[in-house]
Amino acid sequence: MALLRYAEALNAALREEMVRDPNVFLFGEDIGTYGGVFKVTRGLLEEFGAMRVRDTPISEQTLAAMAVSAAMTGTRPVLEIMYSDFMALTIDALVNQASIYEYIWAGQVRLPFVLRTQGGGGVGAAAQHSKSLDVFLTHIPGLKVVAPATPADAKGLLKSAIRDPSPVVFLEHKSLYNLRDDVPDGEHLVEIGKAVTARAGTDVSIFATSRMVHESLSAAAVLETGGISAEVVDLRTLRPLDLAAIKASVAKTNHAVVVNEGWRFCGYTAELSATIMDHAFDDLDAPVERVAQLDMPIPYSEPLEAVVIPTAEKIVAAARRALA
Amino acid sequence: MKNAPSTDECVEMYRKMIVVRSLEEKLGELHKAGKTRGPIHRCDGQEAVGVGATAMLTATDYVASTHRGHAHYIGKGLEPYKIVAEIFGRETGYCEGRAGHMLMGCAAKGMIGGNGIVGAGIPAATGMALSIQIQKRNDVAMCLFGDGAAQTGICHESMNIASLWKLPVVFVLEHNQYGLTVHHTGQSSVADLSVRAAGYGMPGAIVDGNDAVAVYRAVGAAVERARRGEGPSLVEAKTYRMVGFSTSDMGGYQKDSDIAAWRARDPIRIAFAALKDMVGEARLAAVDQAAKAEVDAAFEKAFRDPFPAFAPDPASAPYTEVS
Repeated sequence: MALLRYAEALNAALREEMVRDPNVFLFGEDIGTYGGVFKVTRGLLEEFGAMRVRDTPISEQTLAAMAVSAAMTGTRPVLEIMYSDFMALTIDALVNQASIYEYIWAGQVRLPFVLRTQGGGGVGAAAQHSKSLDVFLTHIPGLKVVAPATPADAKGLLKSAIRDPSPVVFLEHKSLYNLRDDVPDGEHLVEIGKAVTARAGTDVSIFATSRMVHESLSAAAVLETGGISAEVVDLRTLRPLDLAAIKASVAKTNHAVVVNEGWRFCGYTAELSATIMDHAFDDLDAPVERVAQLDMPIPYSEPLEAVVIPTAEKIVAAARRALA
Repeated sequence: MKNAPSTDECVEMYRKMIVVRSLEEKLGELHKAGKTRGPIHRCDGQEAVGVGATAMLTATDYVASTHRGHAHYIGKGLEPYKIVAEIFGRETGYCEGRAGHMLMGCAAKGMIGGNGIVGAGIPAATGMALSIQIQKRNDVAMCLFGDGAAQTGICHESMNIASLWKLPVVFVLEHNQYGLTVHHTGQSSVADLSVRAAGYGMPGAIVDGNDAVAVYRAVGAAVERARRGEGPSLVEAKTYRMVGFSTSDMGGYQKDSDIAAWRARDPIRIAFAALKDMVGEARLAAVDQAAKAEVDAAFEKAFRDPFPAFAPDPASAPYTEVS
């Protein structure tokens, strides 16, 4: 066990998988000499050389398409897209290429690649560098989408993603890179598609991923002072979703709050809400409460941004509404 | 010269071009009879590019094709029967009827694959070449793409990256004069797209795309260069799309005089003229007859094959299996 930052845990996962499998390689903007804008790839160029750790031109559309075809021809690419906002440029490669071939070619090829990116607001990066576009990705059949909240899960999920035979989009959060916590040494794998209870409770279930898990934990602490026992479930994987974990928690608390940093309308909370209605309606004592980003561009100025992004306070209010 | 095809290879290219033409004509007839599904993009008149460019490749070399890929499929060694079965949605098709004519792939033959997003094969082949380079293999990746695809942003990005990293990829630009229904003069700022190669620091060449031997020579040199680790090349093969964009194209925008002029330069006729004194007309007639018979048999057999049964796609499931 070591105390590592989220970014260092990701770095450890990349290093271990590159040592284990010579067909794993990294490419992306600024990831080589500079070590990545968030320092996730620090030291890897020096350790593994320029053949396997490649700085690239600013060509996201092509890089994503190259990850797809490199994966189908014997390598395991890990592509870094610097901001999740730039994922908009990769959509053709994901929705028209990566997600279809395993099925439409009847299993002739597998596509073991990982597309790492980071999103989220709260740091004044403005409207083109702060978005949470989770649903752009979770909407696509054939993709797996994970979003770890802790350093240990960052490591364990990234190692599993690299070993997965199919495309995985790996969503990191810019506000989590310096989060420090215990991370198991060496072989630590977290299964894709499995949620974890971040905090047990009995009165209301809060479902979240990534930074919103931490906001939910803060909310749970506040709720506790008011005599409300909140359970926080870290979904960890956005697709495929751990339905069994959701059903079990709702069966226990009979109240649900769903949280996602992205937009509300047609957003991930809409799917979570519908999922709970479809599969756990009889266990609900109240309507599902949603906490999401306001449906508008993310403003730059700090007090304006704070209004738009979900916070612990908004989660507390939602839990109280659910229990009212 | 090493890049020159042998006589037998020339006869084989002639045979494959007839297979492709027969396939296209038969598909045209079946479309008119209402017996096809979805759009079909025929390549009549362009056979020499796809067949000539792929003739020197091995099964471990990769080809990324287009929505108009029948000559590429046949060139890369796919069987007419399994192609036809796929086009008619049969269980016995290359992709068990899941892909159709436009998106067909055969990984075992290195055909990966057809692509309905114009230009998408260009970064695809570039990524395959990156994979080959990282694995230190001696193979090459080839992209066949049209003058329409040459106008995409990913074409620029891919050629820059391929040349920057000296990737073993060959860009074969199948210039058939039309992107959708719009003539190239309405799409491109330059008439000869291969001049763009200079901007990426790679060799560019223009070749008569209706002469399979000329295509073979030019592309063969580019393939050898890629295998030597010297990086990508762009070969622009000038040809002409004799039929519409797809079977749903109502036509009316291609000049009769252009069609007549290009018909006089039919790639099969050019190959016949070059070969008849070398191997004799009797051998060519036998090749012609056998190729047409193979295609006819492919359709007959495929039509008797069953449709696939539906099975859900576990990899697409939105939920983890409930334990």
